[in-house]
Amino acid sequence: MNVTRGFTGRPRVNNTGLPPGQYDAGDDWPVLSAEVTPDLSPADWTFRVDGLVEQPHTWDWDEAHALPASAYEGDIHCVTSWSKFGVRFAGVSLDAFLAVARPHGSATHAVAYSHTGYTTNLPLADLTGGQAWIVWEYDGKPLPAEHGGPARLLVPHLYFWKSAKWVAGLTLLDHDEPGFWEQNGYHARGNPWEEQRYSGD
Amino acid sequence: MTEALSSPAFAPVTRFAVPGRIAVSNRTAAVWQTATLTEVRRETPYVSTFRFAVPAWQGHLPGQHLMLRLTAEDGYTAQRHYSIASPPEDSGHIELTLDHVEGGEVSGWFHTVAEPGDQVEVRGPLSGFFAWPGDRPALLVGAGSGVVPLMSMVRHHRARGLSVPLRLLVSARGPEELIYARELGAETTPVFTRSAPDGVPVGRMSTAHVAPLLADQPEGGWEAYVCGSNAFAEHASRLLVEAGQPVDRIRIERFG
Repeated sequence: MNVTRGFTGRPRVNNTGLPPGQYDAGDDWPVLSAEVTPDLSPADWTFRVDGLVEQPHTWDWDEAHALPASAYEGDIHCVTSWSKFGVRFAGVSLDAFLAVARPHGSATHAVAYSHTGYTTNLPLADLTGGQAWIVWEYDGKPLPAEHGGPARLLVPHLYFWKSAKWVAGLTLLDHDEPGFWEQNGYHARGNPWEEQRYSGD
Repeated sequence: MTEALSSPAFAPVTRFAVPGRIAVSNRTAAVWQTATLTEVRRETPYVSTFRFAVPAWQGHLPGQHLMLRLTAEDGYTAQRHYSIASPPEDSGHIELTLDHVEGGEVSGWFHTVAEPGDQVEVRGPLSGFFAWPGDRPALLVGAGSGVVPLMSMVRHHRARGLSVPLRLLVSARGPEELIYARELGAETTPVFTRSAPDGVPVGRMSTAHVAPLLADQPEGGWEAYVCGSNAFAEHASRLLVEAGQPVDRIRIERFG
């Protein structure tokens, strides 16, 4: 352990919800995205599931909203070391979309892509079983564009770069394929509890 | 009917806006190294530069950042991402330029406790996305401490005597808050939002600053690098798009 002379840090909070190396951002919600925020209206938004599925399908805004509503209330964790507790998102569970598209047994991974062309890869097992959502509301209001509105992917148990903003679709694959940040040195999976930040971790 | 029964290399329906510039070394990013503070230089009333010796530093490209870790006696750690201010030519050393953030856990330690000889841990360099290898004309747009990674590019340009066009538009509240003021040269246009020297207009960055640069494009066009607060990044990237800069040639680093 390399103790830093004179460093005491913030008062310790016995908070078991904070993964290693993270701090509580409180009311802040930093905006992190590498590209220009797209000018994307709900009328222009679509979400597609294709690749290794029985029935590729594209939903528009109204069709997606016709699926059973589902909400997430819990924590989110960014690789840049902030976490945010007790956030509330509303949308539809990804399971509802996958139930329509019906993944093949050979599908093991997915690439999520955005209307900007941003990509991120995920094991299919991280997207099913009530662990992932398409969300369009934050704290009871429409999701702001800078946070991925009109709709973004939400995979709160992984670092937040996996929760693609302005999500446009998922392509199911039988292998893992690095997305944008993963090609730029970040970890393939990004589990905050195992501090999977960079590809050597 | 089904489609895509075989799955070739994935390509999104929308081409990613901004491809990465360089391959990054996964090995160097994963290893924590000890950095020894050797010098502290005051830049502005609220900003100082911290120079470190990092003997095993394997080099970086201008625009890259690192993760820095402080450890308390009880094992508590705090880690933050910081842009690297120094150019790659500064071998075995790196410099960080840090704002004194009100109540900042890490920046507070740097600005009130740190002195030469102190040791911290760093890992990196990280991410190839905002990196500029010096190969394409670069239009750099920053505000406040957002100028830090851009200054690494300017310093690299000078250290190598590069002839590729490079311009810096930098916004500060006033001349006394303009970081690196003594070092900025003919490549730089400062924009002052609150107070300015006699004869210099006061106001936020506008089309009037951006449009002339985009009307006079170098061969191959500009690669734009925008760095600052999210509000500034949104404002500046919109100005660039409205002035005709393609979205897939705008790279943004937002300070959350």
